[in-house]
Amino acid sequence: MNLVASSSVSWKSNSNNSDRVEKNEFPAGLRVLVVDDDPTCLRILEKMLRNCHYEVTKSNRAEIALSMLRENRNGFDIVISDVHMPDMDGFKLLEHVGLEMDLPVIMMSADDSKDVVMKGVTHGACDYLIKPVRIEALKNIWQHVIRKKKHEWKDKDFEQSTIVEDGDQHQKPPEDVDYSSSANEGNWKSSKRRKEEEDETEERDDTSTLKKPRVVWSVELHQQFVQAVNQLGIDKAVPKKILELMNVPGLTRENVASHLQKYRLYLRRLSGVSQHQNGLNDSFMGHPEAAYGTMTSFSGLELQALAATGQLPAQSLATFQAAALGRSATKSAISMPLVDQRNLFSFENPKLRYPEGQQQLNNSNKQINLLHGIPTTMEPKQLADLHQSSQSFVAMNMQGNARMQQNNALLMHMSQQQQKQPSRGQMLNESSNGQVSQPPLSMPQPLSSNGIPAAILSRNGIVDNVRGPVYNPVSPASSMVDFSLNQTTELQNSFPLVSSNSGMSTLTSKRLLPEEVNSDIKGSRGFPVGYDIFEELHQQKSQDWGIQNVGSAFGASDHSGIPGTLDVSPSMLVQQGISSMKKNGQNGNSPMGGPQLNLFSGGNLLTVKAEQLPDTSYQSNLFLEQFGQDDLMSAILKQQESVGEVETEFGFDGYPPLDNLPV
Amino acid sequence: MESQKKRQAAYMKKNLLDQGYLDEQFAHLEELQDDANPNFVEEVVKSFYTDSARFIRNIEVALENGPYDFTKLDNMMYQFKGSSSSIGARRVKRQCSMFQECCNAKNIEGCRNTFQGVKQEYATLKTKLETYFQMEK
Repeated sequence: MNLVASSSVSWKSNSNNSDRVEKNEFPAGLRVLVVDDDPTCLRILEKMLRNCHYEVTKSNRAEIALSMLRENRNGFDIVISDVHMPDMDGFKLLEHVGLEMDLPVIMMSADDSKDVVMKGVTHGACDYLIKPVRIEALKNIWQHVIRKKKHEWKDKDFEQSTIVEDGDQHQKPPEDVDYSSSANEGNWKSSKRRKEEEDETEERDDTSTLKKPRVVWSVELHQQFVQAVNQLGIDKAVPKKILELMNVPGLTRENVASHLQKYRLYLRRLSGVSQHQNGLNDSFMGHPEAAYGTMTSFSGLELQALAATGQLPAQSLATFQAAALGRSATKSAISMPLVDQRNLFSFENPKLRYPEGQQQLNNSNKQINLLHGIPTTMEPKQLADLHQSSQSFVAMNMQGNARMQQNNALLMHMSQQQQKQPSRGQMLNESSNGQVSQPPLSMPQPLSSNGIPAAILSRNGIVDNVRGPVYNPVSPASSMVDFSLNQTTELQNSFPLVSSNSGMSTLTSKRLLPEEVNSDIKGSRGFPVGYDIFEELHQQKSQDWGIQNVGSAFGASDHSGIPGTLDVSPSMLVQQGISSMKKNGQNGNSPMGGPQLNLFSGGNLLTVKAEQLPDTSYQSNLFLEQFGQDDLMSAILKQQESVGEVETEFGFDGYPPLDNLPV
Repeated sequence: MESQKKRQAAYMKKNLLDQGYLDEQFAHLEELQDDANPNFVEEVVKSFYTDSARFIRNIEVALENGPYDFTKLDNMMYQFKGSSSSIGARRVKRQCSMFQECCNAKNIEGCRNTFQGVKQEYATLKTKLETYFQMEK
């Protein structure tokens, strides 16, 4: 866009761009408009911004600020606004600016309650600062400007980049790698380096990237890409080799690398297991947004933790991260020590990422901590979706069958689920059979050790209440499970775990009911393949569910079916489930009493305190019992192995640039 | 003379911080001060006094007669609290929070009492800061 280009150019030109950039003076001269009704705050902000060498314009009235912006559309690079203002709500200003000028807007407030922060996110704020604001928080706001511009460029015909290159390189649309993380020196420098010293960039094979026409990944090109990747094997598919195999003139290693990154994320969402790629390729193009857009606020930390523990396939992690990034969980809510929190907020397409329904995340967000205590802003429905997906995810892991692959990414499902609120809501409603009110799986201790139990519990009924405590448990596996747990509706149907199919499947997802699974999956699109598995399991077992009472338990809070406290470590459950699933396949005939159940009964892997989870506990207990200890162990071990492998493939640092994903 | 004054000023600031009248936000403001704006902090604080006078007056009026609009009272205090926190007026901020709790509880007497507390803390801080700035000059 000329607009973008020119504003970018003008910004740079203000400060003698190339020199300034080279001397690392960027982002001096950034034109900031700050709006706050409190004169004292405004004054302080102005001083801070000036100290950052920004050009500051201040206004204590939103209306005035808006008219300033309208009069001079190219006059500002970024807007910072307070939330509570007398003449206009900060969010309204945010909307206007986003729609009319498409500038990055940062919200500020003394109010750090999650729902307000979430509101900022859903309205499209690229960041949310808690007052009193420190200068450190303002130093890096330029990243939002770059990110937005980069994003815009990416969407546009590459030729426009030539407009920009006034001898001075501006950010190039191309690789997002550098931009995806928050504004930290290293990234900026590397991207600058890339811009200015093309040949010196280590990552780039060719130097004239600026002039290179942007690669459009057509269907054929993508097919070629996928073929090459499959040929090499997803584990071994490195850009260089893919490039060689594809043998497309004009294609660079960087193009392939960036595309590969996206593809991997996509795969993660779909398949959880890297080896299974059947049928994924064709859906690749179409799903990115699903995967990323609706993710609830998974904190990147959690995802990473999950991945780290080997319980969450790297792919899923990527998906989660992507989702999390997209969602931008409330700033306060998510602590991501590993990644600059700003990353979360800098996703550019808020619209993309926050479908309407998600705006309603409020209480549930705070309460539901699907990921290790990280508040997720999900509506109960969404939460349920998450549960479902998490469950399916677990199932997927366990099974690793092709079907699962399709739905693998728990994350994806989750995000998808979120997108499909309606279906979720439905499911949630169903769960009202009594489980909804479960106090969240707050099975404090047990949960922490067992991701699954918690998940199960939550599914059972706590759709609305996914409270932090429940999820806090912590193990990554549990978080995954948690998602599935929220689906109380699911419980009823499914607990395949209960059904003794390979206990594993049930473990992970309540949704074992085949029909339901399908519908869930469809509805929410977020359910990992696992659902498929469950489906199978369910089918085989539906009648056989040893845990008949479980079903009723779920529905009726009948604790009778709950075995007692199962001590199962979530990861164990998941993994074991996976392995048993693998082993047992659709072995639906083994009632709960089968080997699978042994896991819990025998071993004290999971401790699910029945008493704590009124309705959900049943389910979790039921599931737990079904898994044979040995099965689970092997499943877990296998899972860990595979996960480990997968993880190594993905080397993305920080969050993938979601904005680069095809929408 | 100069250095003694400076020492005294530093000592007073330390006390203000230790006793909780001010928090680290105040220190951050001082860091912003530079040669181009040597009296930045004092100017900001003066701006705060002006805003505060207005807030306090408005709240006072709103507390005089019923019916009491607790939401409005809460909003007004929220603004004052934000202003106080921006200069690091910790004790004042705390009193503001207490007032807000009374608003939530729709406890008008509690509001009045805590409001007195707000005014007192504000007056105390104002006096101390005026002394401090005198020392700094």
